[in-house]
Order: sequence, then structure tokens, then C-alpha cells
Amino acid sequence: MTIGLTHYLVLSAILFSVGLAGVLRRKNLLMLFFATEIMLNATNVAFAAISVHLGDLSGQMFALFIIAVAASEVAVGLGLLILIYKKYGTLDLDNLSIMKG
Amino acid sequence: MEAIAFYIFAILITGLFLVTAYSRNILYAMSSLAAGMVLISGLFFILGADFLGAVQLVVYSGAIMALYAFGMMFFDATRDVKEKNSSKYLVFLLSGFSAVMLVVIFAAPTIGSHIEPIVTASKGLDNPHAIGAVLFTKYLIPFEVAAVMLLVAMIAGIVLASKKMDESLSEIYLDADPETEKKEQK
Repeated sequence: MTIGLTHYLVLSAILFSVGLAGVLRRKNLLMLFFATEIMLNATNVAFAAISVHLGDLSGQMFALFIIAVAASEVAVGLGLLILIYKKYGTLDLDNLSIMKG
Repeated sequence: MEAIAFYIFAILITGLFLVTAYSRNILYAMSSLAAGMVLISGLFFILGADFLGAVQLVVYSGAIMALYAFGMMFFDATRDVKEKNSSKYLVFLLSGFSAVMLVVIFAAPTIGSHIEPIVTASKGLDNPHAIGAVLFTKYLIPFEVAAVMLLVAMIAGIVLASKKMDESLSEIYLDADPETEKKEQK
């Protein structure tokens, strides 16, 4: 049984849904970041599989730029998290909702 | 052989990422996330995208996870995270729906018969050489923009994290958690 494009796409979808479930149910900001990393990785797998399947290098380029975006996102996001933790002493999203409408 | 490797990697990655998404301990979540990243690079190597696999290893499991590990020094990582969750079924419904949408979006162009690759690798070049040839010709401007973006992110990270780092960190950490203060005094 050969592994085709479908296998990779289904795996990518499973990983993406795991990440999205994590994003939707997490209340801790750091854990939320982990879940977004999972989602980014899932799309990277899909991009690489499509790219190899079609013989087109654009998909791998996109995956590379996604990795670059993820790296800068983590750098800025962790800085913000540290500031939030310094200011409020917690990373819990429910405690951070200070805008009362 | 490829099938065996793919299934082993797939099962391990899914399990590790499930641990990341559902663990209560930040340390366990981060370790399993790092292991999952390493295994995903294995997936890229199976696919033949060697350069992407190497970049995944270096940037994700190296740089990003090291950054998280540094960031965790500022947080209380040993304590379990308490989270209250309201609607479980909605989460599963939404995430499953989005996963199906993702498969459809990615698979729809490949169903068409008249699809042709735009950026093909030159004959006789292996993957890293071909990536380099494409990256520095067709994708040169996005590459430069990504470099500027990384520079901006680096400056932003330095400015955000190092602001009054010397004075406020220890005080606020102790204010936030009185129990550790007592322990440290003992």
C-alpha cells in the first residue's frame, strides 16, 4: 500500500483539528500559543505534500515563509506574554477580560 | 517501507499533539510539542522535502522551542493549569468542520485535470539546490520582506521583554504568588 497525497492531507486535517480544539478549549495564553503552533505545523505538512505531489516548489516556499512568520510571532508573542504576566500575575484568559460591556 | 514510516510518524505526532492540546502541565505540553515538531520533520524527509525538514528541525525544534523554554522561566511552569470549559461538543463540532474544510480546500485544486506546476525544479538538482535556486530568483522579494519582518520581530521582542527587567521581575513574581515567597524565605 503506497502512501499518497490523501494520507498526508488527512493527517494534516487531523493535526489541524487537534490544534483548533486546543485553541478553542484552552484558557491559558501560553497553551493557546502551543495550539497555534500545532495548527501552523499541520498546514505546513499539507503544503509540503501538495508541493511534492505536483512537482511544484511553491508549496515548500510557502511552508518556509510560514515557518518564518511563526518564528517572529513567537518572539513578539512571548514578549507580550511576559508583560502580561508581569502586570497581572496570571495568564488565564478569564481573569484578563477587563473590558466590561 | 514508506508506509510503515508514515504510519509510525503519523500516530506518534497525533498522540504527542493531543498531549500538547489536552495536558494540564505546561512542561509536559511543551516537551510533547517539541517532540512532535521533530517527528514532523521526519515526515518532510519521507516526502523528499529535505530542505524543509532541516529548516523545521533548526527553526521549530531548535529556535522556537528554545524561546518557549526561555519564556517559561518567567512563568510558573510546575503548577497545573486550571481551566474551566463550558461547551465541549461545540469545540469538537467546530474543529471537525474546519478540518473537513481544510481537506476540501487543499484537495480541490488537485482534482482538476488541467493543473500544471508553475515553479518546477530544474532537472538534475536535488531538493536543497532547487529550493535555493527558486528562493533567490522567483521568491527573492518575499524573502527580503521576511528578513525585515524577522528583524522587526527581534527588536519588538527585545523591547517588550527587557523593559525594566532588572527591577520589576522578582518583585512582581513574588507578589503574584505569596507561597513561593514563604518558601524562599525559609
